[in-house]
Amino acid sequence: MIGFIHILRRDLRLAQRQGMDSVMAVMFFVIAVVLFPFGVGPEPNILARIAAGVIWVAALMSSMLSLERLFQTDYEDGSLELLTLSPITLEIAVLAKIVGHWLTTGLPLIVAAPLLGVLLNMPVDGFPMLILALALGTPSLSLIGAVGAALILGSRRGGVLLSLLILPLYIPILIFGVSAVDAVIGGFDAKPQLLIMGGFLLAALPLCPWAASAAVRQAVE
Amino acid sequence: MGKFSGTNLTCIRGERRVFSGLDFSIEDGGALVLTGPNGSGKSSLLRLMAGLLTPAEGALTWNGEATSEDPESHGGRLHYVGHLDAVKPMLSVAENVSFWASLRVADKGLKDLVAGALDAFGILHLADVPGRFLSAGQKRRVNLARIAAAPAPLWLLDEPTTALDRATIKDLERLVASHRTAGGMVIISTHSDLRLNPAENLDLATCTTRPLTEQLAQ
Repeated sequence: MIGFIHILRRDLRLAQRQGMDSVMAVMFFVIAVVLFPFGVGPEPNILARIAAGVIWVAALMSSMLSLERLFQTDYEDGSLELLTLSPITLEIAVLAKIVGHWLTTGLPLIVAAPLLGVLLNMPVDGFPMLILALALGTPSLSLIGAVGAALILGSRRGGVLLSLLILPLYIPILIFGVSAVDAVIGGFDAKPQLLIMGGFLLAALPLCPWAASAAVRQAVE
Repeated sequence: MGKFSGTNLTCIRGERRVFSGLDFSIEDGGALVLTGPNGSGKSSLLRLMAGLLTPAEGALTWNGEATSEDPESHGGRLHYVGHLDAVKPMLSVAENVSFWASLRVADKGLKDLVAGALDAFGILHLADVPGRFLSAGQKRRVNLARIAAAPAPLWLLDEPTTALDRATIKDLERLVASHRTAGGMVIISTHSDLRLNPAENLDLATCTTRPLTEQLAQ
């Protein structure tokens, strides 16, 4: 547990000093969403209809953007080897890195999302559910993405490979995340969608660090 | 008390047999120097001992128990220094060292341990300098300070003298000597002359062990 905190603290400190990763993820998120009104035209009704979907797709993309670096820098400078050899269980160390990734890239997306909802003329009723759904969904994105980030270690052109590996796995979260927001806007109950997303998160929480650790062990061999 | 040994070890890398039928054994206070030409498997053997590689055949044991049974406690009792220095460019020297030490020792007294380790390698004055401004030799010293900061009975050092100047090699010799006096064991692969007598020499070219003599340590 102590090791978890130390690794998390180190990753947050590194993210804070490098700074660019979280800023870039949020900027990408904002720009990608802002492009849509230009593409599909400024009709408020159409924008309101697609708002939840656009925000979710942009959130998936920007969360993925920074995933490539999750293990890459540690792999290149030898830190990953030493983490594998430390007395800390590797799964715990990997989980700490995933939590760090979510805090630095997932959390800012949740903060920025309502603003983009306003830009896209999203009905106000949907805002709380958008935040809640993103809060349940983005940790799963970081968890699933970590498996991909560990698998691409050592490969060239890892970024493209990473998106091919994990974007298909993001689809269920996208479907239920969007449908939860749409349900609330349409006047329905979103509890089933939230329960399913919670289920995803609960399943990913033990499984993904375990799978990512196996991939890391393979990579440092 | 500890005894670290390997029996009938075989290492295969990329369908090439690097070495086979290798035996070694080392006890408290012992030193084992790995020698052999490039590509004879010194690094592979050290990675195997660390648990980063799994042997194709044979087993590694610590006090009679297979190390693969419990990789975490094996990781906890060893320090590995490889070719990469694991120095984060954005963290200061002290932060780099104390992060790795914090995974092994309690927070209380951590500061003194780190300061002592930095002092042992003459980089205490660099404590607040970010890693990106360090030279190759200074990075290596930070890496060696990392192992000095947290105690572990087994040191696996893969060419630790790379990029080090003569004075720092002396510091390293002193550190290894005090580590051995305290009952620690050390396994080193080296091309340069580290004075470690008395030590055993494991020649990877012939896979035989014999006492280290001065001319072998060249």
